Amino acid sequence: MFPSPLGSVQQLYIGLFDTGILRVALFESLERIGIGFLLALLIGGLLGVLLGVSKLADETLGSLVIALQSVPSIVWLPIALILFQGGGGAILFVVVLGATWPMTMNMRMGMKNVQPILMRAAKTMGYSGSELVWRVMIPAAIPNVLTGARLAWAFGWRALMAAELIGRGGLGRTLMDARDFYNMDLVVSIMIIIAVIGLLVEYFIFSKIERRVLSRWGLSTAS
Amino acid sequence: MSHVIIDHVEKTFPGGKNAQPFTVFEDISLSVDAGEFVSLLGPSGCGKSTLLNIVAGLDTASEGSVSINNTQVTGPGADRGVVFQEAALMPWMNVKQNVEFALKKQHSKKEASARAEEYLKLVHLSRFLDSYPHELSGGMKQRVSIARALSMDPEVLLMDEPFGALDEQTRMMLHKEVQYIWEKTNKTILFVTHNIRESILLSDRIVLMGTRPGGIRKIFDVPLARPRDPSSEEFTALEHEIMSILEKEIEKVMREEMGDDFRSKKAGLLYNSNSNMGDHI
Repeated sequence: MFPSPLGSVQQLYIGLFDTGILRVALFESLERIGIGFLLALLIGGLLGVLLGVSKLADETLGSLVIALQSVPSIVWLPIALILFQGGGGAILFVVVLGATWPMTMNMRMGMKNVQPILMRAAKTMGYSGSELVWRVMIPAAIPNVLTGARLAWAFGWRALMAAELIGRGGLGRTLMDARDFYNMDLVVSIMIIIAVIGLLVEYFIFSKIERRVLSRWGLSTAS
Repeated sequence: MSHVIIDHVEKTFPGGKNAQPFTVFEDISLSVDAGEFVSLLGPSGCGKSTLLNIVAGLDTASEGSVSINNTQVTGPGADRGVVFQEAALMPWMNVKQNVEFALKKQHSKKEASARAEEYLKLVHLSRFLDSYPHELSGGMKQRVSIARALSMDPEVLLMDEPFGALDEQTRMMLHKEVQYIWEKTNKTILFVTHNIRESILLSDRIVLMGTRPGGIRKIFDVPLARPRDPSSEEFTALEHEIMSILEKEIEKVMREEMGDDFRSKKAGLLYNSNSNMGDHI
């Protein structure tokens, strides 16, 4: 019953290439995190811009966002399951909820921290109002957006796994099923998949983008 | 023909809960001719940068008005190019894009590109079109900033201590460059500085500003022929004359800042003596 390294690798192979249960579960999870992540970037980005630009919005919605951020998104699942009648929508809801707030807070921070001198310079060139937001504030906030995206991914991925353990489909559910059959080798093989996905996303997406952005924005000396 | 007219301008910051209203300067009137190079010189806190910002439209006057070519200033606009102390370049754009950014509002893409290259050539940066600001030295950044301001073909070029943050060699080089640009483009330039030598070297007229109450103390004409030699007799004579007035103003500022600590020059000397050895380590 105790998992063995060899058994885990074996289960990994069988699950991915033989029976395909892990492959199906993996793609389902990836689809969920992909959609959830993009939605969170969009909603969090827009909300962050709003909070960064409007003082009124910041003073009203701002504290609400902080309050919501401190609620682990998984605790929304019971309500979401009723709201979406137990469908995949409930899991997506939890993922989006988990990922949106860090994105919002970082976008807001980036907008607030734009150097005033850049705004003043742009004003002397005839830019005003929303043009300042699009042409100066948002580009200047890109390094923060990146941090936000990274956190959004991390929070979203955790929320997804937690939600799937309780909900249905995906790697999380498969992990619970494996436990029910006392197949600890399979449990470990799923954990390996989860870790490897995190590693791949970090190395092949975030750190690549980060290196480019930071060097272009002049924030790192690494060439 | 007067080009820039500053008419009885006053700047007062309104008092808050615990603060008295504070008047930086009042009743400043000055007219600058087309093509003239005028320096605003004064101790820190005299409001010379504030005055420049009012002309730029980035700040509003409490009283009075500013007009450029008979058009009253109501806000920032492309008819006034501003060069700040920091170059204020957008870090995500390369040199050429930074200049084009200033031109996008008025010109087509093609025109903007051509103009950007033309003005970057004027400041001798043709080789660095594709560089990003963080790859440039302080002096180069400031030259991009000057090219950016000039490329809009403004009526007036406003420079707010543009070389204040640069080292001496770079500053000397840029003085030459500014003179060259001024002679070539014949722009009206309003130049804020706290450096007497810099103001004599560059300007037709020097407006010496004082503090408490803030305002214009004296306006000096600089009749010296260009290029000017800082070691010539006339140059140093004018430098001394300006210094004698400026010293009083600086002393006033120090007295205000230090309160009881400021007694006399002698006390100042004492403070620098052995008793303070080891400070600031």
